[in-house]
Amino acid sequence: MTDAYIVGVDMIKFGRFPDKTVPQIGAEAALMALDDCGLQIQDMEALYCGNLGQASAMVGQRVLQEIGQTGIPVVNVSNACATGATAFREAWASVKAGLYDCVLAVGVEQMGKGLLGGAGGKTGIPKEGLLGSGTMPAVFAEAGMEHARKHGTTFEQFAKVSVKNHHHSTLNPKAMYQIETPLEEVMNAEMISYPNTKLMCSVNVDGSAAAVICSESKARELGLMKRAIKVRASVLTSDPWQERDLVMPDVNSCTRKAAKAAYEMAGIGPEDVDLVELHDCFATAEILHYENLGLCGDGEAGKLIDDGDVALGGRIPVNVSGGLLSKGHPLGATGIANIYEVSTHLRGEAGARQVEGAKIGLTHVIGLGSACGIHVLEKAS
Amino acid sequence: MKVKPLPAVPYIKIPDEGEPYLEGYKCGSCGATFLGERATCSKCGARDQMSTTTLPTRGKLYSYSIVYRSFPGIDVPYISAIVDLEDGTAIKGNLINIDPDPASIEFDMPVEVIFADALGRKDQEGNSYLSYFFQPAS
Repeated sequence: MTDAYIVGVDMIKFGRFPDKTVPQIGAEAALMALDDCGLQIQDMEALYCGNLGQASAMVGQRVLQEIGQTGIPVVNVSNACATGATAFREAWASVKAGLYDCVLAVGVEQMGKGLLGGAGGKTGIPKEGLLGSGTMPAVFAEAGMEHARKHGTTFEQFAKVSVKNHHHSTLNPKAMYQIETPLEEVMNAEMISYPNTKLMCSVNVDGSAAAVICSESKARELGLMKRAIKVRASVLTSDPWQERDLVMPDVNSCTRKAAKAAYEMAGIGPEDVDLVELHDCFATAEILHYENLGLCGDGEAGKLIDDGDVALGGRIPVNVSGGLLSKGHPLGATGIANIYEVSTHLRGEAGARQVEGAKIGLTHVIGLGSACGIHVLEKAS
Repeated sequence: MKVKPLPAVPYIKIPDEGEPYLEGYKCGSCGATFLGERATCSKCGARDQMSTTTLPTRGKLYSYSIVYRSFPGIDVPYISAIVDLEDGTAIKGNLINIDPDPASIEFDMPVEVIFADALGRKDQEGNSYLSYFFQPAS
């Protein structure tokens, strides 16, 4: 089986673009990724397009209506917050399988402001605030408090995640926000769902990201190996049965299952990873994933954030892009934006936030319900 | 004649005589319990092994969040709680009759299930509903 390489990858600066359509936002990143490798839409043999908000509205085809209707197969993908990673993985799989030599993956989302989740059914009475909360800040708060009960993790430790990621974003011109948020400010911000304050919740933004994936022979033929990124592992899992599934969506076991498979596929261990972009939809979530991804032992996540190991310059920098907390979280785009971030470091092109000497990076996303997508990336040799 | 309230969720059972209760489904093959009716076990995949079981009214607090921001019209703060019932079934609901303050709430504190009107919420036809809540138990 051929290896698959990212030859072009880019994202737009995340923000709010109410005057643009979803296909227009997606088309921007698609063209940027094509420009990144000097290819044209005519060179693409298939398009894999991830979007949630208009999942039934043929967003991929409408992206092509913006940038070139070449008649290629289009697969529209929806998989909650793992949508972008899933679209990327489908593109990767098609190249690995030898079906195509050069394909495009696009993730795009246009979002409103406000709370996600907790909508409930259409019949009877609303259940929100009656049978607990289905809002995302509360659901991820409950997941964080599960860690607190097991390991004594504190509100302050959760809050430090936001301090770190907001600091990182000051070095990322494509992040939604570039604002320092000291610990007292994070902890004293409006409490949304204890222990998640407003500054510990990811930002709803509009955004898009895209990647061009080639087979090894095609990348060599096109002379694109110099900046190419090898996909060492691509893994997707759903949540295996857990005893509290029905009332407590499980983001842990699907991540652990995916991480184990990804390290095996890449033939590496977590100690070989130089940087990680993981799914910090809420500050509480990031703490869980340090352990789920094997960046530290079980029960050591609080110490990891306390010691600064996961900050830029630390042992294993996490979310140097600013993460979903500050870069922003356009659901369908996030999985490919993370791949852009890691690729940029592996290429040595990340500027002020560059993780020096980065050779291998890992991206992780979670779609609640649940799906976990992990990619292990390495600079082509 | 007193009008019988409707159950807020299908797994609240309101008999004509006696107290309301929560109904679970238990797998005869692997023993997993579930809230709500189902035909196939999602733990072991066994088919046609499900039978109803009356869920216990006592349990322990497993995890929680104190919710300060919700949708318009919903009173805050309130405690969204995950409770492990005595038979191991996990259930989510509001923890009431306790200060919504982390200092007052302890993991594994014993709680009991109580049934009461669904916070005055009515459907479009004006029907009242019966819901369940958790409260601290001794």
